[in-house]
Amino acid sequence: MKPTSRAFKSNASRALRDEPLKSALSGIKHGFVANRARARANLPEFEDLRDEARAVKEHALAHLDLYLEAYEKKVQETGGQVHWAASAEDARAAILKICRDAGAKTVTKGKSMVGEEIAINAYLENAGITPVETDLGEYLIQLRHEPPSHIIAPAIHLTKDQVEADFRKAHTDLPSARTLEEPEQLVAEARAILREKFLAADVGITGANLLIAETGTSVIVTNEGNGDLTQCLPRVHIVITSIEKVVPTLEDADTILRVLARSATGQEFSTYTTLTTGPKREGDPDGPDEYHVVLLDNGRSEMLGGVFRDMLRCIRCGACMNHCPVYGAVGGHAYGWVYPGPMGAVLTPSLIGVEEAGHLPNASTFCGRCEAVCPMRIPLPKMMRHWREREFENGDTPTLYKLGLKLWAFAARRPAIYHRLTGIVSPLLSRLGRKGRFSSMPLAGGWTRYRDLPAPQGKTFQQRWRERDGQ
Amino acid sequence: MSRSNARKNILNAVRHSLGVTDTDTVREKTVAKRLKAHKPNLVPEIAKVSGKKAVALISEKLEGQGATVSHVDKPDQIPERIAEYLRENNLPAEFRTGDDSMLSQIPWSKASSLTRHTGRGQGDDAVTISRADTAAAETGTLFLTSGADNPTTLNFLPDTHIVVIRAKDIRGSYEDAWNILRKAYKKQGLPRTVNLVSGPSRTADIEQIIVMGAHGPRRLHVIIVG
Ligand code: SF4
Repeated sequence: MKPTSRAFKSNASRALRDEPLKSALSGIKHGFVANRARARANLPEFEDLRDEARAVKEHALAHLDLYLEAYEKKVQETGGQVHWAASAEDARAAILKICRDAGAKTVTKGKSMVGEEIAINAYLENAGITPVETDLGEYLIQLRHEPPSHIIAPAIHLTKDQVEADFRKAHTDLPSARTLEEPEQLVAEARAILREKFLAADVGITGANLLIAETGTSVIVTNEGNGDLTQCLPRVHIVITSIEKVVPTLEDADTILRVLARSATGQEFSTYTTLTTGPKREGDPDGPDEYHVVLLDNGRSEMLGGVFRDMLRCIRCGACMNHCPVYGAVGGHAYGWVYPGPMGAVLTPSLIGVEEAGHLPNASTFCGRCEAVCPMRIPLPKMMRHWREREFENGDTPTLYKLGLKLWAFAARRPAIYHRLTGIVSPLLSRLGRKGRFSSMPLAGGWTRYRDLPAPQGKTFQQRWRERDGQ
Repeated sequence: MSRSNARKNILNAVRHSLGVTDTDTVREKTVAKRLKAHKPNLVPEIAKVSGKKAVALISEKLEGQGATVSHVDKPDQIPERIAEYLRENNLPAEFRTGDDSMLSQIPWSKASSLTRHTGRGQGDDAVTISRADTAAAETGTLFLTSGADNPTTLNFLPDTHIVVIRAKDIRGSYEDAWNILRKAYKKQGLPRTVNLVSGPSRTADIEQIIVMGAHGPRRLHVIIVG
C-alpha cells in the first residue's frame, strides 16, 4: 500500500471529525485497557515475566544469525522449506512462485502484519490469484479495501452498522430481508461464507507470532481458529514472517506467550496457540503436503545495529496503541501505513524511510504510557525522540516550529529570563482561563479545537520550590 | 536475487550489525547449550500444581473461558456422559473421532443411541471428539497433537468439540506439558501440529463484543477421566 504517513496532520484532523470512528474507538478503555489491568493484577509475577521476556528476546537478537541457522536446519529436517527474502519485493515473488507452482486459484489467509507490510494481497490479485482474508476483522477491511487500523484488532475503527451495510453490499446472494442487527448474526454470516472458502482454497498463508529454533516450529496465536483452518485444509501452507521472530526453545516461547495475550486482549491465554512443524507426516489424514516459510528482512538486520534495535523485541501485542491518547483520539488509519500507534511511529520510519514517515514520531504527547505497558519494555518515547532529532537535523521541521523552539531554547538557557517570563505569563494565563481551562486560545487552535488546555494554577514550580525551601 | 545469495546477505548483514564473525566458537557454544538445556524461565506460582489441585485449577480456568467441564471415574462411563451431554444441548447423537487408542477402546455400544464415525474432520461435522495428550492447568490449556489418532481438522471444523483427557495427564505449567510431549515424540520431533486450546472459538472484531463460534467450535466440552 502507498503510505500516507506524510499527511499525518491532515489525516488526524479528518479522523478527529469522524463521529463513527470516535464511537468505535471509545470501546478501547473498557475493553483492552481494563482487561489488561485485570490480567496483570491476577498474575503476581507479571512484572518479573516482562523482564524475563525482554531477556529472552535480547539473548535471541544478540545471537540472531546462529538461531536463524539453527531454525532453518530444523525446518529442513522436518520436511519444510525456508525462503530468505531481503526485501518486500523478494518476499512477494517467493510467495507468488509457490502459489503458481501449486496451481493456486484461491488462497486463504490468516492475519499477518508482515503480509500487510509486503502488501501481498494486491500483488496476488494482480497475478490472477484471489486472496481471502479469514480473520473476521481482516475480512471486514478487505471488503472495504482498507488497511488495518490496529495490529490485533484490524477493524476496530468500524461500528456494527457499518459492518451490516458492508455485508449487505457484498453478500448479494443472501436474502435482502434477513436481519443482521446483532453481532451474532453478522459473525454467523461471515462464518458460513468463509467456511466455503476454507474448504476450497489451494494455498493457506499465515503469519507467525514466534519461531522456535530448537524445533523448527512456527507459532500462531488466534481466538477465532481461522488461522488453523487456513493451515490445516489446503495442500500448501506458507508462513510469511520476519527474522526477528525467532526464540531459542519451547520454554522461551512459554515466557513470551505468558505476557502476550495478557498485554494484548487481557486474556490469560488466547483461545488457540498453534505450533506448526513441517508438512503433514506419513499417515496423517490432514495437513498440507508442503510447508514453506518466507523469512523477511526488509530493514531489520540494519535496525539490529542501530539505536532502534530495541524495537526488534516487539511482539505485536498492541498494548502501546491501546494505551496511547493520540491513537485513542485519531485511530490507526491516520498513521498512514500498516503499523500504527507508538510502535508504528518508531517502526514505520525504519521500514519505509524517514522522508515518508518522519512525522509520525511527532504524534506523541510523550506521556510515557506506551513504555509503561509494553511487555517487552521497549523505550518507545526515547526512540520517538531519536527520530525527532533526526528529522530536525535533516531540516525537515517546519519553520515556525523551529522558530518557536529557538525562542524557547534561548530562554531555557538563561534561567533568569526564563523564570521571569514564566512568572509573568503563568498567573496571567491562570486569570484568563475560566474554570481552570481554555476552550480556545490564539496560536493554539490546533490543540484547543478538540480538547481543552488546562490553565496554569497558582505559582510556577520554581516559585513554589523556593517558598518550600524557605520554610 | 538468488535464494542462496539472499540467505548469505541477510546473515552477513545481521553479523555486521552485531559486530560478530561467523567463526566465533564462544557464541556457537552458548547457542548450542541453550538449545539443548530446555531450561525453564520463571514459572508462576499458580502453575506449580499437580494431581487433584491441577484438575481443580484447569476446570476453573476452562469454565472461565467459556468451556464446560465434566468428570467421570472410568473410560467406560464416557459414552453415557457424552450421550447425556448431547441430549442436554439438543445435539444429534452422532460424532466423529480419529483412531486414538483410548477412544477406540471405549465400549461405545454401552450408549446404544450413539453413532460413531471415524476419520478426519468434515466441513459439516456437528460433533467431534478428540483426546488431549496433556494440558497445562495454569491457563486451562489443552495440548492436542496431529496425526491419525486425533486429526487436527476435528479440532476446528465441528460446531461442538468434545475433548477427553485423563486426569493423570494434566500438568500445572506449559513447561511440564512440553516435557510430556518431548518424551512421547523423542525420536521424530514434534508432530506437524500441536494445538493449545483454551476454550471455544470466539471473536471480538465487531465493536469488541465477544461472540462465540467465530470459525472454530461454538462449544467446547472437556471430559476429565479419573
Ligand atoms: S511496542 Fe511493546 S506494547 Fe507495542 S506492540 Fe510492540 S510489544 Fe506490544
